[in-house]
Amino acid sequence: MKLSDVVKEFGLEVKAASGNLDQEVTGGYVSDLLSDVLAHAEDGVLWVTLHIHQNIVAVASHKGLSGIVLVQSRQPEKDTIAKAEEENIPILVTGLSAFELVGRLYKAGIRGIEAD
Amino acid sequence: MAEQGTRQGAMDRLTKTQEMVYELRVGEVTAPKMVTVTPDQTMAEFRVLLRDNRISGTPVVDENGKLVGMVSIEDLINALTENAINAPIRERMKTKVECLYEDELLVHCIAKFSKFGYRRYPVLNRDNELTGIITKGSIVEGLLKKLEVEYEQSESKASVSRQRPTMRKFFEDVSADEISFTFKYYVAGQTLKDAGKAASELKNALKKLGVCPPLLRRIGVATYEAEINVASYTKGGEIRAQVEKWGITVEAVDNGPGIPDVEQALQPGYSTAPDWVRELGFGAGMGLVNMKKCSDEMVLKSSVPEGTHLTMQFYYTS
Repeated sequence: MKLSDVVKEFGLEVKAASGNLDQEVTGGYVSDLLSDVLAHAEDGVLWVTLHIHQNIVAVASHKGLSGIVLVQSRQPEKDTIAKAEEENIPILVTGLSAFELVGRLYKAGIRGIEAD
Repeated sequence: MAEQGTRQGAMDRLTKTQEMVYELRVGEVTAPKMVTVTPDQTMAEFRVLLRDNRISGTPVVDENGKLVGMVSIEDLINALTENAINAPIRERMKTKVECLYEDELLVHCIAKFSKFGYRRYPVLNRDNELTGIITKGSIVEGLLKKLEVEYEQSESKASVSRQRPTMRKFFEDVSADEISFTFKYYVAGQTLKDAGKAASELKNALKKLGVCPPLLRRIGVATYEAEINVASYTKGGEIRAQVEKWGITVEAVDNGPGIPDVEQALQPGYSTAPDWVRELGFGAGMGLVNMKKCSDEMVLKSSVPEGTHLTMQFYYTS
């Protein structure tokens, strides 16, 4: 599934890097622990989190993630948007809670990563 | 075997064209310059227009520029046989017109060509304004142009990779008892605001040196974690990276306060992080574990209150 399709299907608000939605979402990961994402997320994964500070962009960039979804309508900080534009990491916002969003993403065919 | 090879090649080419048909939009292969007629012009005038422009049909538009029909050489022949060469175009044109929209995929357009058998289709934007005309000729031209662009891109990419001096090549070409590149980044302590900058700048530098992506990613993550630690727990310090023939060493050195029990610090889940660090999603006692996982060798030395010296080594693989 392309990131642009995910945006459309789940009505996500695009906050940054709107020109970089043509990527394939290879899986999903949900965590609010940045080291956990650094350890376990993989290339092309869509990351669901409630963090809004700019460190999330660095994490996504280091891991080559396809994008970041902020839950519960949390708005990214100004610095976060600027950094995300610079690194070309899409930041998306949903009104749903993490549990609800992940359930729907799973139903749409996006899968998690097998634990190692 | 040889025959199979050829067939495979032919299929590859087919796939490339098919791929382009799904990528290109109608608007990209539309001839923008087009001849149009008005409904009040006569078929005789239309005949002259066909001859002068060497075309076989045109859209018919009214004085507001709105498309009202299509007229073709076939309509001209019919008019000639019925002795109606001086009739206005409005009486001889086709008003039931199949149109295409600029933003439709080319594949839909091709389906229309085979379904209806017309030779040209007017192209509209979503405000229903006529923007051009599409013919088999313009499609072929569009596909060729796209092929040409992609060919040029792959050519220039190839020449860039030929010209880029990779690190390995460099180490082979020069001779010294020891050669290394050193990169140094200063990291501010007690703030996570700019944390990550050193890691991403180092990653970019190594990328330019031609370090392969998987290794680049391991170094990026490990350096990022190390940088986060320096920023979270210390008075500040620096990240040093040394690129050598056998591999890359990344060091994180700080000015204190040092770790009282290094063994304990290396335990997964052990953390002394203050609340402000935890609120930002760090401080779960996973940083050093991650660094160990990403690097090939890791050594952590610390003394209170002088500071901590972390060394990680990454080997080039194959």
